[in-house]
This record gives sequence, structure tokens and C-alpha cells, in this order.
Amino acid sequence: MWRSVLALIVKELLAILKDTKSRVVLIGPPLIQLAVFGYAATFDLNHVPLAVYNPDPSAASRALVARFTGSPVFHEVAEVRDPQEIRGLIDSRQASLVLSIDRRFSRDLLRHRPAPVQLLVDGRNSNSALLVLGYASTIITGFDTDWIRRTGGRQPPAMLDLRAAYNQNLSSQWFIVPGIVAVLTQVVTLLVVALSVARERENGTFDQLLVTPMRQGEILLGKGIPGLLVGVLEATVIILAAVFWFKVPLRGGLLPLYLGLLLFVAAVTGIGLMISSIAVTQQQALLGAFLFMVPSIILSGFATPIANMPSLIQDLTEINPMRHFLSIVRGVFLEGATTRSLWPHLWPMAVVAAVSLFAAAWLFRRRSY
Amino acid sequence: MTVDRQAEGARRSPVGARDAVTDATVLRLEHVTRRFSAKGRTVTALDAIDAEVSGGAVIGLIGPDGAGKTTFLRLCTGLLQPDDGRIEVLGTDVARDPEAVRARIGYMPQRFGLYEDLTVRENLELYADLQGVAPDERAERRSELMHMTGLGPFLARLAGRLSGGMKQKLGLACTLVRIPELLFLDEPTVGVDPVSRRELWQIIDHLVSTRHLTVVMSTAYLDEAERCRSVLLLHEGRLLGADTPAHFTARVAGRSFLASAPDTGKRRLQERLARMPGVLDATIQGAAVRLVTVDTDAAATGPALRAAISDIDLRPVAPRFEDGFIVMLKTRAGMAGTATPVEHDAVAPPPASRTVPTPPAAPASNGGGSIIVADHLTRRFGDFVAVDDLSFRVDRGEIFGLLGANGAGKSTTFRMLCGLLPSSAGELRVAGYDLRRAAPAARGRIGYMAQKFSLYGDLSVLENLEFFSAAYRLSGARRQARIAWALEDFGLGAMRDGASRDLPLGFKQRLALACALLHEPDILFLDEPTSGVDPLARREFWRRINALAEAGVTVLVTTHFMEEAEYCDRLAIMAQGRLLATGDPDGIKARTRGAAHPDPTLEDAFIDLLQANATEQAA
Repeated sequence: MWRSVLALIVKELLAILKDTKSRVVLIGPPLIQLAVFGYAATFDLNHVPLAVYNPDPSAASRALVARFTGSPVFHEVAEVRDPQEIRGLIDSRQASLVLSIDRRFSRDLLRHRPAPVQLLVDGRNSNSALLVLGYASTIITGFDTDWIRRTGGRQPPAMLDLRAAYNQNLSSQWFIVPGIVAVLTQVVTLLVVALSVARERENGTFDQLLVTPMRQGEILLGKGIPGLLVGVLEATVIILAAVFWFKVPLRGGLLPLYLGLLLFVAAVTGIGLMISSIAVTQQQALLGAFLFMVPSIILSGFATPIANMPSLIQDLTEINPMRHFLSIVRGVFLEGATTRSLWPHLWPMAVVAAVSLFAAAWLFRRRSY
Repeated sequence: MTVDRQAEGARRSPVGARDAVTDATVLRLEHVTRRFSAKGRTVTALDAIDAEVSGGAVIGLIGPDGAGKTTFLRLCTGLLQPDDGRIEVLGTDVARDPEAVRARIGYMPQRFGLYEDLTVRENLELYADLQGVAPDERAERRSELMHMTGLGPFLARLAGRLSGGMKQKLGLACTLVRIPELLFLDEPTVGVDPVSRRELWQIIDHLVSTRHLTVVMSTAYLDEAERCRSVLLLHEGRLLGADTPAHFTARVAGRSFLASAPDTGKRRLQERLARMPGVLDATIQGAAVRLVTVDTDAAATGPALRAAISDIDLRPVAPRFEDGFIVMLKTRAGMAGTATPVEHDAVAPPPASRTVPTPPAAPASNGGGSIIVADHLTRRFGDFVAVDDLSFRVDRGEIFGLLGANGAGKSTTFRMLCGLLPSSAGELRVAGYDLRRAAPAARGRIGYMAQKFSLYGDLSVLENLEFFSAAYRLSGARRQARIAWALEDFGLGAMRDGASRDLPLGFKQRLALACALLHEPDILFLDEPTSGVDPLARREFWRRINALAEAGVTVLVTTHFMEEAEYCDRLAIMAQGRLLATGDPDGIKARTRGAAHPDPTLEDAFIDLLQANATEQAA
């Protein structure tokens, strides 16, 4: 029995390697996506266009402005002379942030009175607006603290001292790149598995396979294991790229990572086989794969936090294997999480894998009639 | 009407000059060559074709798959450009003004673009829109077309739910919403059952006689040549001849015989006759063997045959188109040197003892000598009864044919026999195994060759053999020996590392058969194994199958291709899931013999049976 399963696995791998189209699917999109996600998709803001209105020609106000323009986050595009111009600058998207300093700024400071500074933010993209405000308040707080120290004023009663755990610089690359391991592994595994049976149905070889003494379980294994191998290999390549190219720290062990990976790929393979057993043509299989892929990525926490979703949807994400694997990859990479601590994410994937593999076997039997 | 100006040139045969309807040239090809290249390989699909066709009749473009028929038609319709040469359609150069040509012709490709989610009526409307048929003419056109095709009652049916034959008729109707001057049809009758095929021919004949248009139709069925007024015979991209079918067969006049020898089995007789000098071709037809001799004079060959086989009975018969084709192919091969004969003879089946070792003993079968026993076999899909109370037996070493139109329940029966589909009721034993309990074990005794030689195209010949040998649970020395046998015996050794996708059609077929025989099955299932294959390759294939049957392998063929049915020992004819008749080909033919058919063909018998059944159903 194992010999024929092995022969089927070898045949599948040969077919994948020899077919130019599948080779392209395996190598092209992962590289492109790695580059796109690794470099282009980032939450960090850089070169935010800044306009400054500073009617208070003093050393103090200039020091504050210098803190903004000196930071890599902001990039001064205009100096406003007339407050009437401010609206136009934001309307035309020339500036996302306008720093408007009060005329009495230095006078108030020297009198140890609150000195007003106004920040005008373009709120059309709420997410970036919040980030910009965050950066700006950090700069202003830093200015305040320094001013008080230098002028010997009284320290404020409570001091905010921020320190990020796991990702000290809050680099979003550290957050996104481990996520790519999950996304790309899912894309590749799902496509390889979903298309393999449909391709044989289209070419008429599937009947030829069914009339051999191989049992349906063996055929299922022979079709699933190549997907498993390709998925694990693909993930390994991306993990290596994350560690050695993007320099994301791998703080945890390989054991929890690969245990999670194996369960994840098994679950995705099961889903791929289900799609495969329903689809008659490769086109249908491809559509089916995307029908699953898009919601599974959105509901995985890859880009938007699950905690922000309505609670019903949050419950739904429990059956999404990618959601769990994403927690595992990020956990292992950044927290150094252990198998024990990841248990709540491991068992749901095992359940999804078992259910989808059995469902695929059942559908398989029904479809061949 | 058709003139062959090939190669040596100048021989103009004014065939059909007596035809007075239209004798203007409607199609002229001058030295037309078309090549295709893919992955560094160049294939010459058409090689320096010169032809002239004059109008007012059905012109057959005949040749096996891969002969270049579709390329020919696509060039004529301006869908492809020739690499060399010039094509004139209705007096216009296609390359120069394809639009003008297309306005005057009709073209129905092999897979006509019917919209399966639209009804018959909507499809017709759509094509009328596309062809710009005036609204006030449409109703009349439609009723005419519906009358002609018999699709009238199905106007509201979705095109996707029509049978194969009805789809072809609808395709033809859509092509004819605007009557063209010249109509190109690409294999309209392929994959269509004999009844629908006959109806399609009636439509085409009717069109030609009432509308005086010219129809150029391609086909791989050689027996259709005789229905055409003239024939362009293509083979491997070359025009072998352009003539009336009568002229083709006239070349072999007096050389066709039906031989029978009661004491020698038909297969042994065929095998012996095929090896005799003076015999060009020997094929099984019913219980007899059809011969084509080298000499026109029976007196020259007859005595030699009688000396060799004492009880032989030779009866002269009218030559067929295929006889003429075979003679041309073999003569051509002879002229071209030894290439083709070597190719075909080197891989001729060796003595049966070596080809097929005795099949290992299967569990005791309770069907006596029967290796396949079907008793009251029924299969339902919901309310639909696909196979209805089917009972038959097949003996060891028999070649058994399952015939039926599309949708007759052939493939459902076939899937049950292979153990792919459980039966709803009834008993089925294959090679001694009850299929309800031991389907995988039974499948281990079955070899299966699908219609389109379904192999893994990306994999090499050797990799295909390695995979199937393992799938059939061969291992160790036996596996190596069987792979070596397949490579040597089927002449595949030289191309073992090439991708099987790039093999010529005949070799693909050999590889498919080799894969099906690796595990030395007791039963071989063949699904239309030689439809569209050139006649020489078909003969080679059936020589192998005969040798296998002689060695005790049971062969089950599903087909609606009558040529293949002639090779069978016994036939079962199915319609609507039920068995209409079983018997040997001659017996089935004999049932139809009468005033209408003094010498019925198997197709006549088949159609009669189906029509009788339909009348009975209606009553």
C-alpha cells in the first residue's frame, strides 16, 4: 500500500516540478508577495508632509519646530505665513499635519504658563491620522520634559515612561513578515492541492487513477502529502528569509513553530482537498480556493486586529486555521512562545485538519460516483 | 470537381465535370504550408497542399486525427494565416480580404460555441443577431431550421441539457441562420451516435440539394467518404489524393475478399493471412476476415491461400474506401523506403505465449467459464434509472462489445464493472470477485484504457510506466521486468525519457495500452480505443488485442464506432439503460437482413434496433 502512495507522491511532485505553470505559481507569487509585504506594506509613517505656522520668532518655538523637522517621521513642505492658507494646504493634501504655534508661545513658556500649540491633522485616513497625532504628541512631550529640566521648573506629578515589549522599536516589519509565513504558505498549499485533482479530472487521468487497485484513502494521501511537503518547504524558505534577510528575531524554538506549521498545513490541505473533490475543472478549483482564501486572510488578524471585530465574528475566527497559525508564528518569533503556551492555538487547528480531511474523504467518495 | 494537382503536378482529373449545378471553383489552394512550433519543436501541419474544389456538393476532408484537417479549415476561413502559399475562397484571396470571405461563408468549429445556459431559441436569436439577420426574416428562418433539424419541440430547453447529437444539430442550425454560399464543418459527426450521425447527414444532403450550397466537412470516419461527392484525403499534413470516392475504391477493384475458414478461428485466420505474401491487408469482420490482395487478380493469390489453409472460403466483395486508403498508405510507405513497415512490423505482437503469461488464478468464480457475470444489474440516480435490469455474461478470452448511443447507460455500466460505482441492485462478479465486497481487489485484475489515452503528459514515458506499475502494486524484479517488457514490446525504448505529451498519437496509444497491461490483467477495458486513429495504427492495435484474447485475456470494449464493433466476438446493444440485443456481429446483422437491407452493415442493424425500440416505447 505504501509503495503505491509513495509512487503517487513522487508522480505529483514530478508533475508540479515539470509543469512550467505550476513552477511559476510556486516561485513567482511568493517572491513578489514577500517583497511587497516586506517592504511596501508597513504601518510605519515616514516623510509625513508637515506645514508649520510659527508667528512667534523665538528660540523656544524654533527648538520645537526643529524637533519636528529633525525627526525622520516628518518632512517640512511649507512654512505658513498667513493662517488663511492652512485649510488649503490640508484640502489639497500638500500637508497632512499643520503645526500651528501660538503668538504668545515663548512668552507663556517663560512665565511657566501653559503654552498653546495647535495640531491640525488630515482626518480622511483615520488610521494614519491617529498615528501622526501619536508621533506629534511624543515629540511635544519630549520638548516639555526637556524644557522643564533646563529651566528648573517643577516636574509634573506623573511621568509617562513608554517602553514596548517584544518589539522595542515598534517596527511593523517585525509584525508583518512573520505573518507572511502564514499567508504565503496557505496560498501555495491551497493552490497545489486544490488544482491537483481538478487537473486530473480535466485531463481524464483521474478515471485512470481510480481504476487502479488503490483505495480512495490512498489516493487522498497521495494527493495530500505533496501539498504538505510543498507547504512546509515554502514556509521554511520564508522563515529563512525573515530571519536572515529581514532580520526579524526568532526568539522561540523551532519545535513549536514546526508543530504549528504542520498542523496548519494539514488543515489547509484538508480544505484544499475538499475544494478539489467538489471542483470539476481547474477554473472552478481556482475560484473555490480564492473564495476561501480572501475571508480567511481578513479574519486572521493579519492586517486588522481580531479584538476589533464584532464578537460573533471573533467566535467565527476560531475555525480559521490561519488565525491560529498567525498567533503561533508571531508568538514564536517575537515572544519566544513555547508549545505549552501555544496549546490554545494548536488544538483548534488539529480539529480543523481532522474534520476537513474526513470531509474531503467523504466528498471524494460521493463525487466519484 | 476536385482536382489533384499535388506533387508531380499536371494530372488534372476532371472529376464531376458532369455535375451541372455549379462548376465554378469555390476553393483553390496553391502550395499551402502551415507550421506550428511550440517548445522548440516545429510540426508541419500542412505541407505544400494544392487543391481545387468546385461547388454544389459535399466535399469530404478525410483523414485520421492529426492529419491537418482543422488547420485546413481554419486557413480557409481566414482564422489562420498560411506560412506559404495562397488560398482563394469564392474567388477572393483570404489573406487579402478575410472579412469579405467571412461574409459569404459559414464555419462550424469542432466544439461549436453554444451558450449552454441559454435555451435553444435564445441561442438561435443570439446567432441571428450576430449574423445580422433581418428581424422580419427570423421567424421563417427559425421554423425552417427547426423543421430541418427536428429540434422544434426543444425550443425552450437549455442548450446545455441537449444530448451530444442534438447539440451538433443546434450548432449547425446556428451556423445556418444566414445561408452561406460555402459551409465549412469541422468533424460534425465525431462523438455522435450512429442515429444522430445519420440525421446530420440527411440535413447536410438536404441543404446541398435545396440550397445549392457547397459543404466542406472534415471527418475521421473513413466510411463517411462514400457519402461525399468528392474527397480530399489528408494524412500527416499531406494531400494523398483528391478524387471521387468511386475513383479511390476503383484502384482496389477486384482485390477485396471475405475469407472464412470454419476450422481455423477467425483470429488465427486473420493472423495467418496477414503474414502471407500477396496479402496487403487482413481485418476481422464479423466471423470472417476481410482481405485486400496485392494483385488485382484473385487467381494469382487464391491458390496460394488455399494451399496454406485447406478449408478457406474466398468470396469477392465490393471494395471500401478504407481499402483504397490502406493501399495508398502501404504503397507510399513502400516507396518511401522501409521506414513505415519497420515501424509497424517491429512492434507486431510477438507470439501470444510471450505477450501474456497465464493470468494467476483468481478465486473460484461461480459463473462457470464466465469471467464477468452481471445479473439484474440496476443503477439509479435519484428517480433516473441509468441502468435497468441488465444481465449478461462474458467468457474468458472473449472480446465483448458494449454498444449504445450517448446516454444509453454504457459508461454507467462500465463504471460499475470497474468497481468505481456501486450498483443499486443486482449482482456483479468480475474475475471472480463480488464487486460490492472486493472492488479494489477486482480492480487489480482489470486493465483500463481511456478514450483519449489519458496519461500524465508532463511525465516521461518511463515515469508513466513507473507510476502505473506501482499503482498496480508491482514491485521488485517483477516491476522491472514488466517495465522493460513494455519499453521493448511496444517499441517505446527510444523515447523513454521524452515527455509523453509530445509523442505522436499512435505512440501515445501504445503507451496507454502498455500502462493498462503492466499488471497482466485478466480483463481489459477499452473505451473507444481506436476512434480517429489512422487505419494502420488501428490494425496494429487490434492485432495486439487479438493476440491478448487468444492468450485468454477477456476484452470489453465500449464504443459507438462500428469499425470497432466488427472486431468483437459478441456485442450487447444498449438503449435507455436496457439491453436491446446480444449476439455476435453477424447474428445481429442477420436480424436486419431484408428487403430494405439485402446486405446490412452493423450500423444499419444498430439503427434498426434503436428505431424499433423507440417505436415500441412510443406505443
